[in-house]
Amino acid sequence: MKKWNELVPGAVVLEAGSSLKFKTGSWRAFRPVWKEDNCIQCLKCWMFCPDMSVTVNDGKRGDFNYDYCKGCGICALECPGKKGNTAIVMEEEGK
Amino acid sequence: MAKMVAITGNEAVANAFRQINPDVCAAYPITPATDLMQRFAGYVADGEVDTELVLVESEHSAMSACIGAAAAGGRVATATSSQGLALMWELLHIASGDCLPIVMPVVNRALSAPLNIHGDHSDAMYCRDTGWIQLWSENAQEAYDNAIMAFRIAEHMDIRLPVMVNMDGFIISHSIETMEFLDDKKVKDFVGEFKAVNPLLDLDNPKSYGPLILTDYYHEYKRLQHETMGRVKDVVISVSKEYAKLSGRSYDLFDSYRLDDAEIAIVVLGSAAGTAKDVIDEYRDKGIKAGLMRPRLFRPYPYLEVADALKHLKAVCVLDRSDSFGGYGPVFMEVSSALYQLGGGPKLFNKIYGLGGRDFMPSQVEEVLNELGEIASGSPIKLVKDYLGVRE
Repeated sequence: MKKWNELVPGAVVLEAGSSLKFKTGSWRAFRPVWKEDNCIQCLKCWMFCPDMSVTVNDGKRGDFNYDYCKGCGICALECPGKKGNTAIVMEEEGK
Repeated sequence: MAKMVAITGNEAVANAFRQINPDVCAAYPITPATDLMQRFAGYVADGEVDTELVLVESEHSAMSACIGAAAAGGRVATATSSQGLALMWELLHIASGDCLPIVMPVVNRALSAPLNIHGDHSDAMYCRDTGWIQLWSENAQEAYDNAIMAFRIAEHMDIRLPVMVNMDGFIISHSIETMEFLDDKKVKDFVGEFKAVNPLLDLDNPKSYGPLILTDYYHEYKRLQHETMGRVKDVVISVSKEYAKLSGRSYDLFDSYRLDDAEIAIVVLGSAAGTAKDVIDEYRDKGIKAGLMRPRLFRPYPYLEVADALKHLKAVCVLDRSDSFGGYGPVFMEVSSALYQLGGGPKLFNKIYGLGGRDFMPSQVEEVLNELGEIASGSPIKLVKDYLGVRE
């Protein structure tokens, strides 16, 4: 931990992409769980996620990145699912 | 060549802005500061400056735009008064916390309610803990001089902090006084080219302003801010000395008037000091050793220097043109804190005067000096805080 006289005045962050170091996953009270069988790969969850916590490789959705997911539930709300079965379920943490 | 003119304080400061030609000014009109930025907007319209003038929808937006422009890497200024300053309040902390050297004349005016447009110091006094440097002016000349020096102080590499230049609403802003302008070139050379620190528009070196800092570092950042404020005093002294060479006008952390050999003294901010000095001269003619201290740098407050300048006095009265309801006047609180460290300084009391633009008359100064004389000769202080010029 830095001392007060080692800090940048104005709390300016002098490097790009430093939010990667700030893992906000611990804020989560509810965890989104991906049910691959019900996923139609529409990528709405990826579009709406405010924390870029839906991983996508080669145009295909992968699992959540729980390091940054705050559990806001937007993905679960937006998920159309398959034939009425949602592909994202919110489960309470610690249960 | 410098020229003498008869001019209002607002026009004087608008001219300082014209000479400095800031990169960005974002402003919203409010009496009595309206006229200042209106005149400056005229210079923009006439092409006398190439400032980008951002006409916003409120003072909250004005200060927000100033913060953005300053973080982007520009020299930035605005002006406001009273409710406008109040609406800026949450942004003032961001400007100082982000170390953005914004210059803002505050044309001091009373706060609502009841609604009042006239001069008192309530607006700036409630901002004294925002982390802004506060300079105070006695007249149009000093408002102009302080406005020019404010850019050098704000932009000094040892501090990089925003500066408020205070001037009494109407009494300074709208009264015509004689004063002297410096040549445009002299001002431009004195202020110099703006040097940005960590500008957002340096796209090759991306950076972020205003991060979330929680329990692990916030305390350290505030400690750092205190340290930076501690360096302001020396910067103000050195910039003022350099300005004195240029202008022939000397300014210190405070103005001491017939104080060195005085036995009683008044401490008062702003334009009221001029009235008080006249009465002090009359008392001196009668053989009464009266003096005056007029604070110029109020934030950071120079506690040690104030204590040193007042320690030899028998009695001091601090006049406040703003009030802290349920507390003493804000200037009194500072003088009192400064003198306490002496462990037995002069007797001290507080008078609230001139609220909402109530005229400050020579008879009120006489009343205070007479009371000071009695207290200096051993009479007890009746009320530590009382009101001057109020109907009873």
